[in-house]
Amino acid sequence: MPDNFENISGKIRTPILEVRDLSVSFHLLEGVIPAVAGVDMVLNQGEVLGVVGESGCGKSVTAKSVLRIIPCPPGSIDSGTAMFEDRNLLELTEAEMEGVRGNKISMIFQEPMTSLNPAFTVGDQIAEVFRFHRGMKKREAFERAVEELRRVEIPDPAKRARSYPHQLSGGMRQRAMIAIALACRPRILIADEPTTALDVTIQAQILNLMGQLQTDIGMSIILITHNLGVVASIADRVVIMYAGRVVEEGTIDDIFACHHHPYTHGLLRSVPRLDRPSEDLQEIKGIVPKLNDLPRGCAFSNRCDYVMEQCRQREPVFKPIGSGHKSRCWLENRPW
Amino acid sequence: MLKYTIRRLLTIIPVLWLVSAMVFVLIHLVPGDPVLVILGAAAKPEQVEMMRQRLGLDQPIIIQYWDWMIALLQGDLGASILSDEPVTRLILERMPITISVAAVALFLSLAISLPAGIIAALRHNTYTDYFFMILVILAMSIPSFWLALLLMMLFSFQLNLLPVMGWISIFDNFWSGIQYLILPSVSLAFIMAAIVSRMTRSSMLEVLREDYIVTALAKGTPKRFIVFKHALKNAFAPVMTIIGFQIGFLLGGTVVIEDVYSIPGVGRLILGAIANRDYPVVQGCILMVTSIVVFVNAAVDVAYAYFDPRVSFDK
Ligand SMILES: Nc1ncnc2c1ncn2[C@@H]1O[C@H](COP(=O)(O)OP(=O)(O)OP(=O)(O)O)[C@@H](O)[C@H]1O
Ligand SMILES: [Mg+2]
Repeated sequence: MPDNFENISGKIRTPILEVRDLSVSFHLLEGVIPAVAGVDMVLNQGEVLGVVGESGCGKSVTAKSVLRIIPCPPGSIDSGTAMFEDRNLLELTEAEMEGVRGNKISMIFQEPMTSLNPAFTVGDQIAEVFRFHRGMKKREAFERAVEELRRVEIPDPAKRARSYPHQLSGGMRQRAMIAIALACRPRILIADEPTTALDVTIQAQILNLMGQLQTDIGMSIILITHNLGVVASIADRVVIMYAGRVVEEGTIDDIFACHHHPYTHGLLRSVPRLDRPSEDLQEIKGIVPKLNDLPRGCAFSNRCDYVMEQCRQREPVFKPIGSGHKSRCWLENRPW
Repeated sequence: MLKYTIRRLLTIIPVLWLVSAMVFVLIHLVPGDPVLVILGAAAKPEQVEMMRQRLGLDQPIIIQYWDWMIALLQGDLGASILSDEPVTRLILERMPITISVAAVALFLSLAISLPAGIIAALRHNTYTDYFFMILVILAMSIPSFWLALLLMMLFSFQLNLLPVMGWISIFDNFWSGIQYLILPSVSLAFIMAAIVSRMTRSSMLEVLREDYIVTALAKGTPKRFIVFKHALKNAFAPVMTIIGFQIGFLLGGTVVIEDVYSIPGVGRLILGAIANRDYPVVQGCILMVTSIVVFVNAAVDVAYAYFDPRVSFDK
């Protein structure tokens, strides 16, 4: 696994992005779906923040809301702030936002096969970033695009810049996506399951590349993933999400060694590990509740092994249980 | 792309050959002796024999085909039975008229339908969108000849703004020419505009949902650039295919419209030739119109490869 991610533990943490009380809903025919409900998330300078949770828990919506690229309608950002460089991203004008996207904050996506435009060359799609954010002319921008392809270690970049996406393999395309995202040396990279669609060797290569570029550029990364193994190897801190909420937050050690929330516990138990017999492997029981039909009180109460009476009455508060370690659970002590 | 273009253009040759063979066979397989049809059942045997010789119908069919092919390759489509004029000249005289009506109709319909389709897609599920779609359904259900009559009644008889029927070429007198062009091309443009705008709208809607649009947003591309560069180029490929098909229908439509407005184009030539059993003229016209459709389709395919680069790398 990649080892060139800079570990920041021991350094002073300065927040670079602070998301507070973010709520996002989708207004669909079947009703209003609260996809994100009061999320708090802080990303510090130079760190890798892992965001983990089951499918549909609102990871992508949170990330896209920060960049304001969720489709509205049906989506709407109902409340919250996202402070970045002393400005609330959620209040910027569309033109100001365009200056942030791809320039100060970039995002890469899960599906390299469909994330690039099939009708334009890869070089052209990278060059666009230089044209909009750096005001370069077409030619100069294209030459810079070739440089960026070289930087993400694509062989024969001059030729590849003139290729169309369908002429590239999945790994190559994800490299091209990274080239687009990092072209302007952003302060923050949001990587939404960047390796899920790739096979294992390519996954490691891509993660390595991201780690190396992070060190070069000195940016912070929000890494959204299902894969706790990936998180363990490269993240500094982790946020665990469930049903549109953050349920636990802490350093890698907090989460892996002394997690507090039963949902985190369940997630960790469902990951195969070498130091544990495989019969201990357990899925979290029950099904993910519908977002517009959550149980009363704690959203996880219907699936929780340690559910108590008050869990079904009142939603737990997100409270500190250690330095930088927070959990949204009524339990006083860890029962495991 | 160049290789693909050349390959695609080369396929025109066998298609054209096939088309010409089919036209020839069709005309010769149609039941009834053309000579008897021309001269009437009461014709004397000597007359019939003379006519046969004049038309070359006394030769074996293979020889007839061979002669016809050789002449065709030299641009000779035979002579009209009725007037003895060369068919090629008859067609070429009328072609510019038909093409100008069809071209203006095409231009009008695209000028309306492309912006309308794009706007409707961008305003998806708003009243603007609904309004456009209702118009489209209306426009598609009005037959063009009926619309032609309505327009004629309104603008020519009631308002006295435009000439009722007839033709003046824009090359002879531009402004009068335009006046004669307006009603026929508008009647033709209507249905095509409806079909193309519906296609543009649905194609745009589909493309705007694609992942690469989100990517473009995420890299800070301004909205208008996303619509007119990223979305439109992808959305246009299927629209163009529809336009290609519609050009065939457009040419068919001109036949009717030319008749309604008494425009001396290829359409009227065909109708007249059919009525008089002037089969060399019918043959020539059909061949001409089908060749145009074949060429248009090839052009559409080549353009498609520009809009969707994936098709030219099929291997
Ligand atoms: N465009 C949309 N239209 C309607 N609902 C949406 C849309 N995008 C997201 N949602 C809703 O928001 C919820 C959260 O979606 P999100 O994509 O954030 O999940 P996720 O945590 O990223 O899951 P995954 O791991 O599968 O990517 C979904 O359950 C869905 O109901
Ligand atoms: Mg997601």
